[in-house]
Amino acid sequence: MAFISGVGNTRYGKIEGSTTMGLAAEAAHAAMADAGLRPQEIDGLLTGYATTMPHIMLATVIAELLGIRPAYAHALQAGGATGVAMAMLAKILVDSGRCQAVLIVAAENRASGQSRDQAIQTLAQAGHPDYEVPYGATIPAYYGLLAARYMHQFGVTGADLAEMAVLMRRHAGLHPDAHLRSPISTEDVMASKPIALPLRLLDCCPVSDGGIAAVITREPISASRVRIRGTGQAHFHQHISCARDWADMGAQASARRALDDAGMALTDLRYLAIYDSFTITLAMLLEEIGFVRRAGAGEAARAGRFGLEGDMPLNTHGGLLSFGHCGVGGGLAHLVETQRQLAGRAGERQVKNATTGFVHGDGGVMSSHVSMVLERV
Amino acid sequence: MTDTASLSADPLARDWWTGVADGRIGYEVCRDCNAAQFYPRGRCTACGSTRVETRQAAGNGTIFSITVVHRPPSPALQAFAPYAIALVDLDEGVRLMAHADPALWIGARVRATFVPFGERIVPRFVAPA
Repeated sequence: MAFISGVGNTRYGKIEGSTTMGLAAEAAHAAMADAGLRPQEIDGLLTGYATTMPHIMLATVIAELLGIRPAYAHALQAGGATGVAMAMLAKILVDSGRCQAVLIVAAENRASGQSRDQAIQTLAQAGHPDYEVPYGATIPAYYGLLAARYMHQFGVTGADLAEMAVLMRRHAGLHPDAHLRSPISTEDVMASKPIALPLRLLDCCPVSDGGIAAVITREPISASRVRIRGTGQAHFHQHISCARDWADMGAQASARRALDDAGMALTDLRYLAIYDSFTITLAMLLEEIGFVRRAGAGEAARAGRFGLEGDMPLNTHGGLLSFGHCGVGGGLAHLVETQRQLAGRAGERQVKNATTGFVHGDGGVMSSHVSMVLERV
Repeated sequence: MTDTASLSADPLARDWWTGVADGRIGYEVCRDCNAAQFYPRGRCTACGSTRVETRQAAGNGTIFSITVVHRPPSPALQAFAPYAIALVDLDEGVRLMAHADPALWIGARVRATFVPFGERIVPRFVAPA
């Protein structure tokens, strides 16, 4: 069995003078302290990547920095799905008996460590270097193509998408570490400046600095008894021009594998943590996985179903759209918030009856999907 | 003349963009299983055969999706903004990314033109004449 025994994070936002390693260390120490473990008791370490600090072996850099000498350590790369993928591998490592306590950590000074143009250009490389990037494509452009087609095919409106941004901002307002906390309205979203139409500025997540970490253990060693019950992945394409069936991007296949692994159904899930790099990302994932009908995410948000009092509380930390996006740590924040909700320690964001949770990460342009089912035991 | 080395480090991509500079859109067809594919790989993704040949598309197709980019990735491209990036389904059965007239819509019939963008010539799809 695998338990998320400790979590920790820095605040997210533009943190002048921050470094990727400084953010990683702060988050890692917080997570180890939360699990009640000293660095010397960690025997596995997984991390992702940092665009501001490219390195061929980032996991051992972090291990050395923290004074950890792990029996297993390396970095993973699955874009925005990396955080959930790290947690999945950590479960495999402790389930197999290879490790007792695996530290997963993600950090990057993505906002302050480079110019905005640099960030946009680096991230655009998720597209094909020869057949997409030369057109002046950006990550918002790839998702703009997704949004335009999905809205056309299923009748989703700009107002439906705007509901996603408004909801994430409302939730972030209750989290002291969130990047963007001022309330916004659907009108604000729909009047914000065009980025890659139909996507506008407030349809897009911010670029943030931040660090976040969790400790996955073989035994339930802390008061937070949150178990990873099932996991799954699906990878159907890398580049959006090569995606074949736009109603089946791999999200549902990934979620199905995780649910089958857990022996559970969608209706058993009491808390949702879904990747939300753009408003369209969140709507598409909710609908393809099947939490709501096609074109139903906006109406479900308007009806309050995703709120703290709703039947499907969603991204109560504020998601990438408002808690912030510092790269790998952006997607890992969904997992950390789920642990806090299931452990009953989400403070004023705490939802009732959060006994089970579902986490979904999306890397690239609906390219890499990793899903996870958690439960309180 | 286009400096082909600057187009790509990949020989297949260099050939493809050299063709675009001459007003041609290439795609691959497998001699063994007849599958058409884009982008060029030199190997069929349907059956694995290396007996693939390059053919030239007629340049006619349909807009599958389209986005209008107002925030380009670099100052050098600012002069072109806003520009539209589309996914176009060519009549030959392959899909490619390209530029398009921003006034076009999903489902619109289009034909290829070739225009300068940044430091190269790119295909840009417009309404049929």
